[in-house]
Amino acid sequence: MSGFPTLLYKELVRFWKVAFQTVAAPVLTALLYLVVFAHALEGRVSVYDGVSYTAFLLPGLVMMSVLQNAFANSSSSLIQSKITGNVVFLLLPPISYLEFFAAYLAAAMVRGLVVGGAVLAVTAPLVPLPLAQPAWVLGFALLGSAILGALGVIAGLWADKFDQLAAFQNFVIMPLTFLSGVFYSIHSLPAFWQALSHFNPFFYMIDGFRYGFFGRSDVSPMASLAVVATCFAALALAALALLRSGYKLRG
Amino acid sequence: MTAAVEIRQVAKRYGALQALADVSFEIAEGEFFGLLGPNGAGKTTLISVIAGLVRADAGTVRVLGADVVADYRRARRLLGVVPQELVFDPFFSVRETLRFQSGYFGLRGNDAWIDEIMHYLDLTAKADTNMRALSGGMKRRVLVAQALVHRPRVIVLDEPTAGVDVELRQGLWQFVRRLNRDGHTIVLTTHYLEEAEQLCARIAMLKAGRVVTLDSTRNLLDTFSGLQLKLSVDRFALPVVDGVSVLASQGERFTVRLRDYVALEALLHSLREAGAEIREFELAPPDLEEVFLRVMRGGEAAEAERGALA
Repeated sequence: MSGFPTLLYKELVRFWKVAFQTVAAPVLTALLYLVVFAHALEGRVSVYDGVSYTAFLLPGLVMMSVLQNAFANSSSSLIQSKITGNVVFLLLPPISYLEFFAAYLAAAMVRGLVVGGAVLAVTAPLVPLPLAQPAWVLGFALLGSAILGALGVIAGLWADKFDQLAAFQNFVIMPLTFLSGVFYSIHSLPAFWQALSHFNPFFYMIDGFRYGFFGRSDVSPMASLAVVATCFAALALAALALLRSGYKLRG
Repeated sequence: MTAAVEIRQVAKRYGALQALADVSFEIAEGEFFGLLGPNGAGKTTLISVIAGLVRADAGTVRVLGADVVADYRRARRLLGVVPQELVFDPFFSVRETLRFQSGYFGLRGNDAWIDEIMHYLDLTAKADTNMRALSGGMKRRVLVAQALVHRPRVIVLDEPTAGVDVELRQGLWQFVRRLNRDGHTIVLTTHYLEEAEQLCARIAMLKAGRVVTLDSTRNLLDTFSGLQLKLSVDRFALPVVDGVSVLASQGERFTVRLRDYVALEALLHSLREAGAEIREFELAPPDLEEVFLRVMRGGEAAEAERGALA
């Protein structure tokens, strides 16, 4: 039998054992964003016709939670194992690089989806949301968490220290998420910033995800899907190439 | 017969450092084999190449015929490695750690064997204790247990007794000896030369990435090491005798090296002939430390280095 199911299970148990920190805390963060931004901006920011700002904001926050937690799971698990040295227990058994990647990816996706689902569940009684195209919601949630899970694997392999990983998170992930249209529709931006946003892959993840709820989006959901799927393929191949070469794992 | 471990022309370089250079040897199945050498000689690198943790720049390694790169799945199933560093996963208890390790090898329902290993390693009482709460010695035992979950036929221990107290060390060796008696091949690196001398039937010595000597422990002791004699007599000089060299003298006290027991005979004979009276006499048998130092110094008298090693 393969070592994959055990590695996946281990990765799930790892974050679930500290769920207060890995699930409850990000849910609270998302709620705070929702309360503060909705209070400050409701009625002042125009989004889609007939859609309240709070309702518009919520899917953005859900997706942001999915993305950030998927990234945090694979990256922090890998760097912890590297720094404590216990990654050796995964390198000695007959686990292929493909199984290794699949386990970290799947666990990251689960964590992202659990946190995103929890944010939705907690806010459901407060903010009524339509659900125009559930399949798109699910599709973008899966792809988005997969992209960030794969990126987390790459960052976790690359970083030698926790502060390098924190830098990656603060200087790459955070700006890309905040400037992706979580809090606004990019149509409200000046032309230059609107054009620039089109180079941000996070924009397509959020926009496509939002389409699933409202049936409306800034760009066509098919275009978003194409961008997001391409991003995932590229990052997955990059992560697999690193793992295959033994980058920073097998000297 | 297929060798337990077959190492062929293995080389590994880290930047300017040649960690391993053209290393070739075989370890037969069922052997208790020692890998000795000073720090930085390449022992851990070699073990890492065998375990697939490090990729060699050149050469091949097979474990019971399975190439560690091309046929890594089979090779890793046959091999159990106890790493040198005291590593653990702080999220889990001892039993969880061992269950996960079994699962990584694709084993399900391995609890009977896990219980047995924990029993032999005296871990049963700590089965549900979190790894973080264990003492260093206990963590070391868990490392040994982790290496055994998949019942490997070849077991590699990389300095398993570094920083381990005497009692645990004895218990560990008893257990490893048992595994060897049951037919497991044991490969051991250690800094404690007396351990290697007691346990290993054959020894390879590494220096600067090369195998400088490889022989049975018995032969090494016979070939390289002589006897060391401390004596004091009622004179200031000893007669010149073939096979006897004076290493140090202080007044009437001498430390001499004897090539063998024949040389001892000859020395005693000359002293008797000269009418000398022996006041103190202390003969030390050959030991591996002596061999080790001589090999590492390229055959020079190792006496000066004696203190440095300990």
